[in-house]
Order: sequence, then structure tokens, then C-alpha cells
Amino acid sequence: MKSTIRRSEPDERGHWGKFGGRYVPETLVAPLEELTREFTRARTDEKFWGELEELRRNYSGRPTPLFHARRLSEHAGGAKIFLKREDLAHTGSHKINNAIGQALLARRMKKRRVIAETGAGQHGVATATVCALFDLPCVIYMGAEDVRRQELNVFRMRLLGAEVVTVHSGTRTLKDAINEALRDWVTNVHDTYYLLGSALGPHPFPLLVRELQSVIGREAREQILAREGKLPRALIACVGGGSNAIGLFHPFIADENVRLVGVEAGGRGLTMGEHAARFRSAPSSGGGCIGVLQGTMSYVLQDANGQIARTHSISAGLDYAAVGPEHAFLHENGRAQYTCASDAEALEGFRLCARLEGITPALESSHAILPALRLAREFPRGDAIIVNLSGRGDKDSQLIAQLEKS
Amino acid sequence: MSRIGERFAELHRMGRRGFIPFITAGDPNLDTTGRLLLKLADNGADLIELGVPFSDPVADGEVIQRASERALRNGASLRAILDCVARVRRDLSIPIILFSYFNPLLQFGEERLADEAAAAGVDGVLVTDLIPEEAQSWSARLRASELDPIFLVAPTTSDQRLSRIAQEARGFLYAVARAGVTGARAILSADAETLVQRVSTRSDLPVAVGFGLSSGEQIREVWRFADAAVIGSAIVREIENAGRATDLVERVGNFVRALRATAEGHSDREA
Repeated sequence: MKSTIRRSEPDERGHWGKFGGRYVPETLVAPLEELTREFTRARTDEKFWGELEELRRNYSGRPTPLFHARRLSEHAGGAKIFLKREDLAHTGSHKINNAIGQALLARRMKKRRVIAETGAGQHGVATATVCALFDLPCVIYMGAEDVRRQELNVFRMRLLGAEVVTVHSGTRTLKDAINEALRDWVTNVHDTYYLLGSALGPHPFPLLVRELQSVIGREAREQILAREGKLPRALIACVGGGSNAIGLFHPFIADENVRLVGVEAGGRGLTMGEHAARFRSAPSSGGGCIGVLQGTMSYVLQDANGQIARTHSISAGLDYAAVGPEHAFLHENGRAQYTCASDAEALEGFRLCARLEGITPALESSHAILPALRLAREFPRGDAIIVNLSGRGDKDSQLIAQLEKS
Repeated sequence: MSRIGERFAELHRMGRRGFIPFITAGDPNLDTTGRLLLKLADNGADLIELGVPFSDPVADGEVIQRASERALRNGASLRAILDCVARVRRDLSIPIILFSYFNPLLQFGEERLADEAAAAGVDGVLVTDLIPEEAQSWSARLRASELDPIFLVAPTTSDQRLSRIAQEARGFLYAVARAGVTGARAILSADAETLVQRVSTRSDLPVAVGFGLSSGEQIREVWRFADAAVIGSAIVREIENAGRATDLVERVGNFVRALRATAEGHSDREA
């Protein structure tokens, strides 16, 4: 489908069309407005960008490489596949891009305490890392199920000096960690900065996180133009909340001939509760519909009574019932397309990437590999596509080893 | 004037303050909820807040989270909750306010909720995660069905927003006693009184105070400066503690009567 969307900017209250906005208890309006003001000031402040640039370059290791994956490309038999190597960023994923930027805001706002949620643990590790760097006390909320799946990251967060709080309520995954972080924030609004990890939640978070992650797409655009002399035919990235995907996509929104493809978690199957594919099909056949969860209007997996559905994904980072509002907007106007990959396909993508390229992607990022091979086949060999390799798979080694044993 | 407005006017004429108990609809089941509504009215409730359970109640503490889970396990849908209200409405003269989150109401449908809640005998709707900026068509639709849109105000709310919220609201304003989620706290924050004073200079609507109140003494303290006090988690905990006891409704009635008696300064030891 061809779209004429050339811009994807929210209105001043954070709405992309009907999506986004601010659906929060009244107590949180004041801190969200305070954050919006500070972010607006910082956006035009050279000092802020200077500090951020310095940290990006010398602390987190940007720009990350754009690697031509020749053997994967050969295997696909189509366009050249390039991997944007966010897995090489400090702490092992793109999450550090957002964490550094928001920690700078927290410091400008003189907040004395930072809280965050985490699913796979990557955002928790990134937050714990910048809090160590900035000497800020830090509490990370993590669902009990994810603590079990991502033991290594729990250990890393504690090593970095963070307090990790295990959340036992609800489905005991990312969604419940966000609920608990919101409850902490609403109770400690005066001195606490909520460092939200994905492009979701109430305004200004979806915009703020996108702005901080857009460095991925800006670099990729420059790198591919320098190397290939032309734009890629398509970009592809996994979508949980959607921050790595929107970070790659956004600088290409106006490039109408560049296809944008998001990959959701197809989990174990089509029925509700077995996946986290919010955009797939109608609610009657297990897909999501428009709703409000955790401060924003978007596509949400839910039952007919508006109760949030259980979700499943082999990767904790994609195991979430809603999706960032800008993705809902891009889905609805057709600028981006969304597909999904099952648990098994993600594992196969992981193995292929390991064997053919010597790179072990995070299970989240692994979801994009097989769809990327299919996408590459749609274009001639002289063209290119870019896959966002949003994180590295060290954290998943144990889980994969267990699966191979059983 | 709405039933809520009339109720506050009547309290005002009598020189009294209001007592608003909260229970979660469907906890432990809707049949019990119907009997509890009548029992609360018989034991001193001036208005009742009826919680519509949601799977992800971010504004609530653990007690109401657990009540929501129990209610959802027992199938408390919004339609079934409205049926429950409709069944007891003719035996109940006091106002009932639905207290919920936006998503279950959104899926039910704005139009449909306004029509069917009014038909069931509901008097007002408070949506904890819906601020006036996002609620314009919503509150207009409620008002068109003669339902009062109730809004929260918080200690963090600016004076400018207080005025704006007061314009959007009908019935009364619900002042959050302190920043935080629902749940019993030992000490009533001074924030509550300051907030009520700020509200009162900007609006003629009655002000109820809730979030964190749990005892008769705290109700009495709130009555000193506000029009009504809301008690939620303490009552819900009593329902939880009663479990499957056959005298659950009686026990909760006694608990609520004792709260009210303490608030009024009587000792009601037999309760």
C-alpha cells in the first residue's frame, strides 16, 4: 500500500490522530507537564545536545556500525541485507540511547531518584547504568515471570547498584512492571523521575523516547547513502512497545519509497493469550483493537469487556498487550506495515544469524530476521534493506540452551 | 438538579457532612454486591461509589487490586453490574457513582454507557484515568443523559487546572487526599485541607476527600474542612477478610456503622 504521509508529528497534547494523549490519574498531570516543559526547553538547547552527543560518542559507542550481512543476503537471495548494529551499543541494546537522554533530563530537573520498568531487562540495565554514571538512586520494577526468564539481567542491574523490585501482580510481565512503576511515581511525584523505556505511556513519553531513539535512523540513513549512494527499499524492526522500530523508521517517514515494516511477536499461535501481535486481524480472531492502556490510546489486546488480555512471547521485550501510539497511527494510515514472527521463527532467525554472520541477536531482534529474508527477496540484488539489530543475545543464551536440551 | 446535587443540598440544609463508602462491584459476586448496596445505605452511607473492576488498576493499591481480580474472576462485566444496580435501585434512595478506568467503558461504548447507566439508576461516573482534556465528548455525553461526570483533583493540580476541572465537573469534586494510590494510611496529610481550600475558592461544587482514609477518626477530621469523606480500601479489606462467611453482608454493615458512629463521635462498641 502506498501512503502519502510525509510527517508523523503529534499535536501539542501528544495525539497522533486519535492515538496517544494522556490518560492518567490527575496526580500525574503536573509531573507530565513539568517533563514536557523541560523536554521542550532541552530540544532547543545546544548544551543538552552537546552533552548527549559527547556521551553517545564516548560512553555508549555511537555511531553504531551498519553491517552488510553478505551470507544472510546470499541465503535470502534478494536485496542486500544490512544490519544496524544496536547490539554493539553499551549495555547491549538500543535502550541506552533513551536512558542517557532521559537521565540528562532528570538531572536538569534536579530529581533525586529514578524509577523504571523493564521487560527483558535491557531497559533496566541501561537505566541502572546511567544512574550509576550520574550517581542517582534507582529502582527497577520487573515482572516475576521476566525475572525468571532474564536472570542474568537482574544480576547485572544489582551489580550496577540498582534495586530490583519483583512484581507479582497481574500477568507478572512488562505490563505489570509498568503498573507498579506508575504507582510508585504517583506516590513519589515530587522527587522521582520515571524513566520510561519505550515509545509508549502518556504524553510526552512517546515523543520523547522517539526523539532520543531517532539517532538510529539518522545514522542509518547517512551510512546507507554513503555506502550505497541511494536509499534502502525497506526498513524492518521488531515491535514490542516499539522504540527501536520508531527510532529507525522516523527519519525515513518522508521517504515515501522506503517501506517500513514492524514485526510483532506471534508467540505460540493465533488465539488470544498466545501472542503479542496487536495489529494482527480482528479481535474476534485474536487480534487487538483500539483502547487505552497505561496512559495512551493505541491498539490493545483485550477481551470484549475491555479487560487487558494475557500475552505470550518467547522474548520478554515483545511480550506486551499494547503498542506505542505512533505505530498505531502509522498502521492506520498505511505508512508502515506490521507482520509477526512466531517463537519458533524467532529461534530460527537467531540460529541463522549466529551461524551465517557470527552475530547472536537478542530474541526480540531475532523476530525480524526471517521476515527480513522474505522482504529481501522482493527486491533486486542491487538494492538494500536495513534490519534493526536492536540488541544482543547474551541475555538469552541460557534460555536457548534450556530449549535445546528439552 | 441531579440526585447527587440534591443529596449534597440536603446534607447542607441539615448542617451535616457526607459519608461515601466504596465497594468493588462483583466482589465476591454481584448478588452480594446488590445486598451490600442496600446494607451500606441502611448503615449511614450518604452516597455510594461502586467500583467497576479493571485488570490494570494503576490508581489503586493492593487491596482494591485484589478485589478487582476476584470480581473479574467471577465475571463482573459492566452490563452485569448495571443490571445489579437496576435491581436494587427502587429500594435505594441514595446516589450511586460508578468508579472505573477508561478502557472498560470505552469498549462498552460512550453512547451506550450513558444511556444504559442512566436507565439502570446510576447518578454519576468517575473515570480515574480520564482527565478533562481527554474527556470532552465523554462528559458532554454523560451530561446529556443527566449523569454527573465526576473528576479528581490532586494536591499536584495547579490553580488554573482546578478552575478548568471544576467547569467540566458536575455533582461534586473528588479531592485526592495525597499523592499516591488508594489504600489505608495512618495519617491524613495536611495536603488534603490545603487542596480543599484551594478548590473551594474556585468552585461552588461540593468537595469529597478520599484516597488513604480508613478510620472514623479520619472521616471526622475530613468533615472539619470538606463536604464528604470516601472510605474504600478499609471496607474492601473487610469484605476480603469475611471471605465466604455467610454473614459477610452483616459484618460489612456493622463495620460501616461503626465507622460512621466514630466519625460522629459516638462510641458504638457493640459493632
